[in-house]
Amino acid sequence: MTVTEVPTSAGGNPIGFGRMLRKEDARFLRGQGHYIDDMDMPGMLHGAILRSPVAHAYIKSIDTSAAEAHPKVKAVITGATLETLGLAWVPTLSYDTAAVLATDKVRFQGQEVAFVIAEDKYSARDALELIDVEYEILPPVVDAKKALDPGAPVIRTDKEGKTDNHIFDWEAGDEAKCDAAFAKADVIVSQDMLYPRVHPSPMETCGAVALMDKVTGQLTIWCTSQAPHAHRTIYALVAGLPEQKIRVVTNDIGGGFGNKVGIYSGYVLAIVGSIVTGKPVKWVEDRSEHLMSTAFARDYHMHGEIAATKEGKILGVRVNVLADHGCFNGTAQPTKFPAGFFHIFTGSYDYEAAHCKVTGVYTNKAPGGVAYACSFRITEAVYLVERLVDCLADEMKIDPAQLRLQNLLRAEQFPYTTPTGWEYDSGNYGPTLLEAMRIAGYDELRAEQRGRRERRAAGDTSEPLMGIGLSFFTEGVGAGPRKHMDILGLGMADGAELRVHPTGKAQLRLSCISQGQGHQTTFAQIVAQELGIPPEDVEVIQGDTDNTPFGLGTYGSRSTPVSGGAAAIVARRVRDKARVVAAAALECSPDDLEWKLGRWQVKGDPEKGKTIQEIAMLSHSSLELPDGVEGHLDGTCVYNPPNLTYPFGAYICVTDVDPGTGEVKVRRFIAVDDCGPRINPMIVEGQVHGGLADGVGMALMQVIAFDEEGNNLGGSFMDYLLPTSMECPSWELGETITPSPHHPLGVKGVGESATVGSPPAVVNSVLDAIQVRHADMPLTPAQVWRAMQGNPFRTDLAIT
Amino acid sequence: MQIPPPFEYERATSIDHAIALLDRLGPEARLVAGGHSLLPMMKLRLARPEHLIDINDLDMAYVRVEGGEIRIGAMTRHRELLESAVAAEHYAIFGEAERVIADPIVRNRGTVGGSLCQADPSEDLSAVMSALGATVVLRSKNGERTVAAREFHLGPYETAVQPGEIVTEIRVPIRNRTGSAYQKVERRAGDWAIAASGVFVSLDAGTISDCGIGLTAVGVEHFCAPAAEDALRGQAPTEANIVAAAQLAADASNPSSDQRGPADYKRHLANELTARALRRAIARAQGGS
Ligand SMILES: Cc1cc2nc3c(=O)[nH]c(=O)nc-3n(C[C@H](O)[C@H](O)[C@H](O)COP(=O)(O)OP(=O)(O)OC[C@H]3O[C@@H](n4cnc5c(N)ncnc54)[C@H](O)[C@@H]3O)c2cc1C
Repeated sequence: MTVTEVPTSAGGNPIGFGRMLRKEDARFLRGQGHYIDDMDMPGMLHGAILRSPVAHAYIKSIDTSAAEAHPKVKAVITGATLETLGLAWVPTLSYDTAAVLATDKVRFQGQEVAFVIAEDKYSARDALELIDVEYEILPPVVDAKKALDPGAPVIRTDKEGKTDNHIFDWEAGDEAKCDAAFAKADVIVSQDMLYPRVHPSPMETCGAVALMDKVTGQLTIWCTSQAPHAHRTIYALVAGLPEQKIRVVTNDIGGGFGNKVGIYSGYVLAIVGSIVTGKPVKWVEDRSEHLMSTAFARDYHMHGEIAATKEGKILGVRVNVLADHGCFNGTAQPTKFPAGFFHIFTGSYDYEAAHCKVTGVYTNKAPGGVAYACSFRITEAVYLVERLVDCLADEMKIDPAQLRLQNLLRAEQFPYTTPTGWEYDSGNYGPTLLEAMRIAGYDELRAEQRGRRERRAAGDTSEPLMGIGLSFFTEGVGAGPRKHMDILGLGMADGAELRVHPTGKAQLRLSCISQGQGHQTTFAQIVAQELGIPPEDVEVIQGDTDNTPFGLGTYGSRSTPVSGGAAAIVARRVRDKARVVAAAALECSPDDLEWKLGRWQVKGDPEKGKTIQEIAMLSHSSLELPDGVEGHLDGTCVYNPPNLTYPFGAYICVTDVDPGTGEVKVRRFIAVDDCGPRINPMIVEGQVHGGLADGVGMALMQVIAFDEEGNNLGGSFMDYLLPTSMECPSWELGETITPSPHHPLGVKGVGESATVGSPPAVVNSVLDAIQVRHADMPLTPAQVWRAMQGNPFRTDLAIT
Repeated sequence: MQIPPPFEYERATSIDHAIALLDRLGPEARLVAGGHSLLPMMKLRLARPEHLIDINDLDMAYVRVEGGEIRIGAMTRHRELLESAVAAEHYAIFGEAERVIADPIVRNRGTVGGSLCQADPSEDLSAVMSALGATVVLRSKNGERTVAAREFHLGPYETAVQPGEIVTEIRVPIRNRTGSAYQKVERRAGDWAIAASGVFVSLDAGTISDCGIGLTAVGVEHFCAPAAEDALRGQAPTEANIVAAAQLAADASNPSSDQRGPADYKRHLANELTARALRRAIARAQGGS
């Protein structure tokens, strides 16, 4: 991959990889984005959802008569209405079922109970208050640790014969081998830790507009979907609608973070509403609805153990997880993996053995679990191992950087198969950690910390405590391969179609969909790189299932690894076709041509050649083409990735902690990412910046806790805190470049790296400052202070 | 988007007009100032006024010195108080508190009067005004009356404002050789206080001649800690006296546990923040300002 030779376009942009401003930003910055709530159509009606105020209750009766009598209300839909359509319960992405509207019981606070369709959104909301629901309150299951207690209330009484709240048991790795490794260890450290329930909270909440055209039978759904094609197929399978008459359209999305992968009740209700009324029906949830009912993330109670020799060689890791999935098992991950990719928890180190057991349980909480840039639970895995390594360093009084350097996988071990079966494609970890330490000035920081500790020990309390925290992460992103990874039987491979128009301008059609990642730019640059045309001349078309090839969409950092591979290959196919056309025009054999700087030219006679623009016109012209070439300049491809790509990185966080108040200030954050070659370094850096802010948020302030009645304590932005610029330092970024050997461009995914890698660095830093072995996130001032008193609290429950 | 129930809207053109509207429209009418407390409550359908009387056109936004007092108009925006040179000249506490109230967007609209009338138990300016011994001026068709800040708050979200009354002004006495300070701990910039303490200290010949200690979010009555103040008056501004007074402030608190923190932590903060505020205020008073 040489980036140096890249020529530039008339607009000054690189024809290929390199820094350029995002093509989409001029539109976004001028307020010309088109989000779901911007949709308006003649005669459009507005839906609103009545939600359960309680966590667990029988529904004794629902009286909708007063709401129906509201002069502007067109229809009221309840679970009973849906039962007549066979749509009250629908399958989830994890082979469970979920209620679209509650029928028998409500199972979490905020669950959908009824749907009002009215002429305007104000009347729809007003009419919700006119619906009378009689509940018979049941005791809720709030504490996941008590979900399997004998006598715990059974949540899924809808499932025949279900007598407990158990969902699944799952394991990975070799238990016997792991036990053997532990048996010979000199040091074993174990630690309980919670990765609490958090919520991705994209800026735009979820919404949909549905239109069933009674004349043509065509159903169009505009919605906030990270996977429009998968949605279309699922609607066809679930509702029995003919798939050729379903069109899913996703315009701009204001952030997704995995929250918008699944299908929500609101989407289904908008569709049903349009079928019932014959009008377009819009449903857009508000912030509290969004926080309380849509896909949350994490909620893993983990017991981890790490074993090492007295020299500090790590021998093995084992972990038991209690996974709180809420009241329906609706996690959005490759269907074969009930714990997602959690079994990558061996991380970046070399051990003899590893083993994990995961038990999933139902609780009276909203469903979800896989979201928030988690790479299918690699966030939890990285947090676990990076905390355990720090616990081990603390136990053995070894510098945590030293312990990591000693145990990181070495370059010559790649491709490397982990004890739990992952095949890491490429890596060169040591230099990445050393680069982070160099940027940080690691030794100077430790010296500064020692100085502060000495002064404090001598009675000078004027300075805050200082912490230095590291994390080293390995991610696995870019699902498939389709053989191993599917969602409800749909293999995780993605299509691309490229058309070069006669004037040499191109359209690239993709199955993935940008939610702010800059796809218009990155994918145009890929085509530009392969065809030698300016990125300005490449239009990237996404999000409309009638107008793009099939594929599973954008989440799990998969767009560049999968659709990026598809885009490169389809462009190469077009380039190969162009070679034949150029040869015909130049009256030579295709073998006589070589590709140089965006041009097919005659070997040894560079004066004679044709650019893609010239070839595009020739392809559509009256030029006599050789047999087997039909003309026009286009191509298609489906990319089935041979493996995941494995980006990695080393992060260092420096914090100051006020011991009198427990307040944490993130003073510095150094992030060295290796995601292979960077197509647009500016976009990559933007992704890293966002993920680091996420990490600060999760480590220090974000959590959705529940009180003992099952009330959601994070249901608004007053209670669920997102970090602001005030909490974020000026990020210090670095890079190393280790290409993926199997990706056509050598690139790896990066969208989630920083979200995955940064929380343990922040937590390790704070705990290093206060010299406490462990306390659960979020490390709010109260939690830090309590941890210093030796009494941290549980962050998943109400603080008492 | 969160959507409020239906309401009617009137825009007052003068204080008298606002009072007349309050009289005519009765108890289901509410004044709206910056709207940053009232509108969120309406959108959450926790407040359902039938009429809103908008007082944004009234001439009540000012910070000026008159009669040995700082007079702050009820419609003064947080931002105006934050940036007021007059306020800063006499009391550092105003700037220190305002800087950590909400965020710039809220501060651009939210008002001093609205803050006090909202009487949220975690509200910052209530602690400030209580510490400073301010007076609240109210008007109704029966004329004007004043209420001490420490008697203005009757409980969470409850004030001395009577039906038909509007707060017009807040008055703060100016004191010599006085320092003040505000200390707040929040989970994140823009969040409400986990706990906060604001104080003023006046010095006279090496002793504390007067002081005020206000606390918010920790469940002290009327946002103040009189026992701690009494313990300091007439004493030397020593570290031992500071520590003792801070402990009394913590003793006066009765915080409840919530997602901002457990009660023991908040009580600890009442102590820690009061001590810090006192140290700062004393240093400022000694600095001659
Ligand atoms: C995101 C956010 C964060 C915040 N953070 C903080 C914080 O950290 N600390 C803090 O202290 N506050 C905070 N606030 C509250 C903010 O300071 C108040 O919303 C605001 O100052 C209240 O003033 P207002 O003008 O907006 O009042 P409004 O919302 O207009 O009115 C509030 C109440 O006072 C009544 N009222 C208003 N003016 C008068 C008057 N002149 N006479 C009689 N009654 C009147 C109204 O009828 C209403 O009942 C925050 C608010 C938001 C939205």
